[in-house]
Amino acid sequence: MNSQELSAPMTSEMPDSGRDSAAQIAAAVGDAPVVMDCRIKTLHYGDFLAVRDTDIPIVSNEITAFIGPSGCGKSTVLRSLNRMNDFVNGFRFEGSVHYRGQDIYAPEIDPVAVRRSIGMVFQQPNPFAMSIYKNVAFGLKLNNFKGNFDERVEAALRGAALWDEVKDKLSSSGLSLSGGQQQRLCIARAIAVEPELLLMDEPCSALDPIATRRVEDLMLELKEKYTIAIVTHNLQQAQRVADRTAFLFVDTSAGGRTGYLIEYRPSAELFEDPREERTKAYIRGEFS
Amino acid sequence: MANAALTQAPAATGPRTSLRRTIGNRRTLGNSALTVLAVSLTLLAMFPLFSVLYMLIVRGGALLSPSLFTELTPGAGMEGGGIGNAVVGTLVVVAISTCLALPLGFLGAVYLAEYGGDRKLATLVRFAAKVLTGLPSILAGVFAYATVVVTTGSFSALAGGCAMAILMIPTVMLTSESALLAVPSKMKMAAFGMGATRAQTVLRIVIPTAIPGILTGVMLALARAMGETAPLLFTALFSDYWFEGKLTQPIASLSVLIYNFAGSPFEHQVSLAWAASLVLVSIVLILNVTAQFATRRPEEQ
Repeated sequence: MNSQELSAPMTSEMPDSGRDSAAQIAAAVGDAPVVMDCRIKTLHYGDFLAVRDTDIPIVSNEITAFIGPSGCGKSTVLRSLNRMNDFVNGFRFEGSVHYRGQDIYAPEIDPVAVRRSIGMVFQQPNPFAMSIYKNVAFGLKLNNFKGNFDERVEAALRGAALWDEVKDKLSSSGLSLSGGQQQRLCIARAIAVEPELLLMDEPCSALDPIATRRVEDLMLELKEKYTIAIVTHNLQQAQRVADRTAFLFVDTSAGGRTGYLIEYRPSAELFEDPREERTKAYIRGEFS
Repeated sequence: MANAALTQAPAATGPRTSLRRTIGNRRTLGNSALTVLAVSLTLLAMFPLFSVLYMLIVRGGALLSPSLFTELTPGAGMEGGGIGNAVVGTLVVVAISTCLALPLGFLGAVYLAEYGGDRKLATLVRFAAKVLTGLPSILAGVFAYATVVVTTGSFSALAGGCAMAILMIPTVMLTSESALLAVPSKMKMAAFGMGATRAQTVLRIVIPTAIPGILTGVMLALARAMGETAPLLFTALFSDYWFEGKLTQPIASLSVLIYNFAGSPFEHQVSLAWAASLVLVSIVLILNVTAQFATRRPEEQ
């Protein structure tokens, strides 16, 4: 194989060519209802420009996958959707993220309130060092939920396909579960408060293939009720579960590593007939 | 060429070197010698501990009886009596110092671990606490004497508690801080991600998760304070009577009892000092074992 062909997409000497225009992104959404409209102009950590020019609409009751090579900022983009980046020193954001018409970066917005309505599942399973029941009830307590806790906890555990495995040991520690069960517990914890949108940051990267399949099946069930945005390293996973896929790439031309959006389309189109050169190269597995 | 020699596989039939264990081999000998050295030095290091415990049990165990705990210390030359007032006194002084040191040390630790970070104030507090851990205990006594005894005009249980608290605060603060910092940040992020405020995260996730480690710190600080004599000599002094609920009066304690009676010319007082030593060591031992159990969390991997 010609080595020039390989290195051409990686150096990205023409950073602003070969990416979707706003019109193409709008066309990819069509008439579908957008729950969250993410428009990142620049996203800095200190002086470091981590992400630029990334517009990703997230459509209601669908799964939107973020894919791309390591360091392309896909997790950073995801974490800016519920203001988790606020905890990183030097984080600066220019652009807007409209969630049901409100810009979550507007000065009058309370980031705590944002995180209460947008759930998050992390890369590493991270249950609290408390009982399974209390793990799931945690969010309900935070929200001063007044209804029947037992019912909601059971519904959440059933929703996360974990109920049958833990119904007889709800009082044992969440940390006593296996990795796959812990991750489903974290999903149960996130959906117990019935968030409209669920952000998942490589939720299967710490799981074995069987546990991964269970979580994927679960995501497909969950999208009936919720909207999901997922970061994944696994192209097959994006192909299996995602309705729409955003491909991000990393621009190293200015000496840094800046992620930006290349292509956003329905998954079937993106994987079978990629429009942009870099998407084609990435899907062919020419770089990771 | 050298390359050709390398690529040629060694004959698979006979062993290239013997794999048998040989006693006379230098490597085997060196290994055994180091093992013997390590084991014997460990035993030597344990010797003082076990000889102290042995002497305490032999000399102090003879007087062990219920009346030891129910009777007052006898005066010079008298027979009978016990160390009841000193046991109660030690517990009272330690309780006072815990009430003072626990909130200060624990809340200080919460500040250091969750709010302070690398701020100047936090760095200063941390440095001060580290210096204070190395403070000679007699200085804590002198300080409490100057501030409490002199201003109130009398030796008192309260002054003793203050002196002990000065010794306990840095230990409680530093061990609690490391227990709080040991809570995985992914748990905190999970709480923040659920929409918990910083206060909710600290109160509902960080502190409950760190409780076993914090308890260990408190127990260790308690055990250390309980054995201290010097700070009490200037502050709580001693009393031959029962504690009557007045914190402003001098109070007995096991460590000061041992100090007073061990050098006494009367044989009965000396043997009471032995018994008191055994009781004190047992209390400290029980505290340490309890701390071990508190730290253990069997449900985790």
